[in-house]
Amino acid sequence: MPLLETTDLRIHFHTRNGLVKAVDGISFSVMEGKTFAIIGESGSGKSVACYSMLGLVPMPPGKIESGSVKFENQDLLTLSESQLRKIRGKGISIIFQDPMTTLNPFLKIGDQLIEPLRLHFGMSKKEAWQKGIDILTEVGIKNPVQRMKSWPFEFSGGMRQRVVIAMALVTEPKIIIADEPTTALDVTVQAQILKLLKQLQIRRNIGIIFISHDLSVVADIADEIAVMRNGVFVEQGFRDAIFFNPQHDYTKKLLAAVPAKEKNPERRDNSNLIEVDNLSVYFPGNNGEEAVKALDDVSLKIKRHEILGLVGESGSGKSTCGRSIMRLLKLTQGKILFEGQDISHYSMSEMKPLRRQMQMIFQDPYASLNPRMTVYDTLAEPLLLHKIVPRNALDKEVFSLMDSVGLARESILRYPHEFSGGQRQRIAIGRAIATKPSFIVADEPVSALDVTIQAQILDLLLQLVDHFNLTMLFISHDLAVVRYLSDRVLVMKDGKLIEEGEVHQIFTTPKNDYTKTLLDAIPGKSLLGVSQDNSSI
Amino acid sequence: MSEESAVVQKIDAMPKGVSLWDDAWLRLRKNKLAMFGLLFLIVMMLLCLLAPVLTPYGYEEQDLRLGATAPSLTHWLGTDNFGRDMLTRILYGGRVSLLVGFIATSVALLIGVTYGSIAGYAGGKIDGFMMRLVDIIYALPFMIFIVLLMVVFGRNLLLLFLAIGAVEWLVMARIVRGQVQNLRQQEFVEAAISLGLSPSAIIRKHLIPNALGPIIVYTTLTIPNVMLLEAFLSFLGLGIQPPQSSWGLLISYGVESMEEYPWLLIFPGLALTMTLFALNFLGDGLRDALDPKASKD
Repeated sequence: MPLLETTDLRIHFHTRNGLVKAVDGISFSVMEGKTFAIIGESGSGKSVACYSMLGLVPMPPGKIESGSVKFENQDLLTLSESQLRKIRGKGISIIFQDPMTTLNPFLKIGDQLIEPLRLHFGMSKKEAWQKGIDILTEVGIKNPVQRMKSWPFEFSGGMRQRVVIAMALVTEPKIIIADEPTTALDVTVQAQILKLLKQLQIRRNIGIIFISHDLSVVADIADEIAVMRNGVFVEQGFRDAIFFNPQHDYTKKLLAAVPAKEKNPERRDNSNLIEVDNLSVYFPGNNGEEAVKALDDVSLKIKRHEILGLVGESGSGKSTCGRSIMRLLKLTQGKILFEGQDISHYSMSEMKPLRRQMQMIFQDPYASLNPRMTVYDTLAEPLLLHKIVPRNALDKEVFSLMDSVGLARESILRYPHEFSGGQRQRIAIGRAIATKPSFIVADEPVSALDVTIQAQILDLLLQLVDHFNLTMLFISHDLAVVRYLSDRVLVMKDGKLIEEGEVHQIFTTPKNDYTKTLLDAIPGKSLLGVSQDNSSI
Repeated sequence: MSEESAVVQKIDAMPKGVSLWDDAWLRLRKNKLAMFGLLFLIVMMLLCLLAPVLTPYGYEEQDLRLGATAPSLTHWLGTDNFGRDMLTRILYGGRVSLLVGFIATSVALLIGVTYGSIAGYAGGKIDGFMMRLVDIIYALPFMIFIVLLMVVFGRNLLLLFLAIGAVEWLVMARIVRGQVQNLRQQEFVEAAISLGLSPSAIIRKHLIPNALGPIIVYTTLTIPNVMLLEAFLSFLGLGIQPPQSSWGLLISYGVESMEEYPWLLIFPGLALTMTLFALNFLGDGLRDALDPKASKD
């Protein structure tokens, strides 16, 4: 007997731009102690589907066109707001994506934990407090008695997500909706959180609806999987069937988009384009606190025409390293040589002629483009600044740049917000290659993008590297992506370089323990074969 | 939705409307309320400019026998205590008020935006120093400043306008600095640095255009402020002197005789309010027009 049964759910949005069928006839059921995963890219309707069950979708503009959601002999879609409020938390609770914004920064953890207990169960403060301590212990928080009195900011991202899970569990719900619960976390932390969810599920026999954009994340946790696109389930079935015998083309595309193969064109030169010697970058601490050592005595060499992957978790200093080489930061110590030229103390104007040679692609295509500049303005700016082409050839050059990054020519006068994330990243890439540089720093260029789009952008990058004979420093937290692209890999942790090697060596015979942990944490490696062995799908 | 832009049409000519400003103008033209505001302002300016041609009376021409009369066919908006034609006085007064609004606000804009954006962009100690300076000037009694200026340079209308602007820029600088400080954290500014743009180009091309929303809103608030400030100074005898006039002065005289001769308050009040309304409509329209996100249909 399923805990929750959804039949033919349809939610449409009536907007100014016409009807949007966000959810268009989906049916599924969630069993006790089982996980039902909904996989889809942004805009596929996966979150709307789940939130509508708890009345969390604004209506209007949303409207439930048909369907029913049976939970404990009630149809959730027909309940009033006050009836739903009783279900929320007590019957079904939600774990949100971003642990940084889910917790109220002005309330201590304990006070936030006991709030639903006092509300739903009318517990006394003392009882609730004890229960809070128990639940923190259960989700693996050390010193729970003291931690109850901590503020949210005193926890790291992973610990915070544990607290959020504790909050979802504290009312003993039958079902948990986990909306991308690990997307904002580092890969090793993600592995821990997934493990924790699985344990809790077995112990408490709860049903989980797991929403994610990434098939590999649910490989270890899901029992059933539905692949959602444009409001419908294009494929739905047991986990192994989806992974080993996908029927729908889109599912196949999603599986193929998980970069698993190595690519290693022998185009390297043995001379060094960039040398970094004993580089340190410290950020001054607040109010007399100790300075943060973002980079601590790092030395590395980037060979001409290679793609050097730089891997690390958040806070490892990998972005600081890229920005230092671009001289966007003040260096504390050490030297950076570009083509044998010591640029470590160059001023902004001294750097200008070199900027033509070295460019950067940023992580967030939403923030890295000036919202008030059209594609034309954005691409023409570097061309004009460095006088790449004479003025009368400017338009032509902009068009040809758009061609080479795969942007439609008629979108030349559009503004960034009129593009999707992937297209925006194409604009940013176009800007970076406009000056025909020899070196590019790519700082997590695909981590903000959907999986199938990631693959396209990565291929574009590879193509451009070949075509323009580029040298690239590719920074990423995603090992699979780094493996797909790089020739050589550096691993960073806490501002230090801890391992360096050819891509093949790092992924097959890592020497450092931390590198091994990182590799182990790749989700779904057992199913997808992205780990130690060389098999690929 | 689809990422593939497979069909790349071979267009080579640039479509029209290249810059943010061209684009903004196109969008502004679609905004009826804003266009009405703009039209109203233009008409008002023309009327004030052409006042000598439009009315048969001079602004200082008294007719003491007449005294204060209600609106009539000969004096459309009535006359004041000295028998001066109100319509004429409002039109002449508008010259002063609109001029002060325009000049003082421009001065405030120019200094405030430049100063604020430099402070915000530079950050650190430079920012600290520049903003403390603003605090100090802000703390100085504004009256003393103006009186000093008048004593040193003599009474001069243009100087008075500049002085008002030189006081009003302080708040503008603070607003712009806050905006720029936020924007500076964004990746597109880093991208501009790594392209090799100079700080002044980054401020001009990347920072100020993105801070335009609050700048415009605050500007539309500054204009009535400076108009009233001028009236206040004139009332104290530091500004313009009778028989010359301005809307602010007319209103303050009108208040005194509000009960007996209400038209002395109503008409100049109406002129000022309607102008401010028009300015607000235009300001809102401009703000939307300059934000590519706000006005897509």
